[in-house]
Amino acid sequence: MARKSRQGPGEINAGSMADIAFLLLIFFLVTTTMDTDSGILRQLPPPIPEDAPEPPKVKERDVYVVLVNSRDQLLVESNLMDISELKAGTREFFTNPNNLETLPERKKITRAEVTEKIAYFKGLIAADSETPAYAKELKKWDRKLNAINLIGDYYELPGSAVISLRNDTETSYDMYIQVQNELTRAINELRDELSEEKFGKPYIELNKNNPEEKKMIMAVRQVYPQRISEAEPNVTKKN
Amino acid sequence: MSKFVSTKNKGTPAISTASLPDIVFMLLFFFMVTTKMRDQELIVKISPPSATEVTKMENKSLVDFIIVGPPFDERYGTEPRIQLDDSFATIDQIGDFIKQRKENRDEAVRSLVATSLKVDKHTRMGLVTDIKQELRHIGALKIVYSTNQGSRKD
Repeated sequence: MARKSRQGPGEINAGSMADIAFLLLIFFLVTTTMDTDSGILRQLPPPIPEDAPEPPKVKERDVYVVLVNSRDQLLVESNLMDISELKAGTREFFTNPNNLETLPERKKITRAEVTEKIAYFKGLIAADSETPAYAKELKKWDRKLNAINLIGDYYELPGSAVISLRNDTETSYDMYIQVQNELTRAINELRDELSEEKFGKPYIELNKNNPEEKKMIMAVRQVYPQRISEAEPNVTKKN
Repeated sequence: MSKFVSTKNKGTPAISTASLPDIVFMLLFFFMVTTKMRDQELIVKISPPSATEVTKMENKSLVDFIIVGPPFDERYGTEPRIQLDDSFATIDQIGDFIKQRKENRDEAVRSLVATSLKVDKHTRMGLVTDIKQELRHIGALKIVYSTNQGSRKD
């Protein structure tokens, strides 16, 4: 009768284990999301205090004016333009390959000039360490030196060169993002090309956590800064 | 001889299902590791625009979301509205919302916080500009226009 029971407890049937695991799996599939948030990163300008002095006039050739109207049409530098041409236009603005009068004048930055400036500002700081403007200038030139160390003498955009993007209140968000995307794409392409040429790999693959590559990122950014200004809305409303 | 013959030709033996739980557990762990719990119930419809030059937000806990789109429930209208947390909000509530979020965070990470604008693509820019102005006003300057990853076309 009790022949088998003396041989220890019998094996537990594991057949239903799969069902339990499936149940858990389905629960997690339903309650979780896989999407990591991604998007176009932008830095908004800080609010302008009311008593701020008038901003200095910027040369017309240094501003790339992009307007988007309520019908999602593009007006770039006073010309009607299709969105497919915007990337090429932006690239031209950043590089000015034909040295046109209407595009920003790119200045050659040489090692001699940079080292001279750094020595000059170091001297000023040694004499008067109170003025924060000197330290700021020194930092600026240090960044240029870093760029020269890594990629040699280069042409730099004037500090006032900027893409000014304005939209109407009736512009669709979709169009606005497409314009932002094209502008970013032009800059990313230029950066990729420079990085590929100098460091042998595209800009996106440079790792900012690696100090060596972080320097490369800074150098590339120095040459092609991302200067997109999303203009004050009250300026738009006047149009 | 008969000892060996007896087991032959009884048909194919059943495949052992003993390893099935292991396979399923593997899948389960994969999903547990790669996904996060859905933490927000959407009350507005959003179909984000797509873009190619996107940056991935590495740390979701450092992002505040402002969601804009037409409500699911048409009793709340068909015009795009703002959703903060789990309820509708007006423009002037954004400031307090972001400030509150900021105060709840650790001092060390406050400067890294970004605001993600999840906006339906059919929204008009007027509303988005108002939100942007509000964010500027309270000093939340780092923003992300949340988009889908599209493919480049040349």
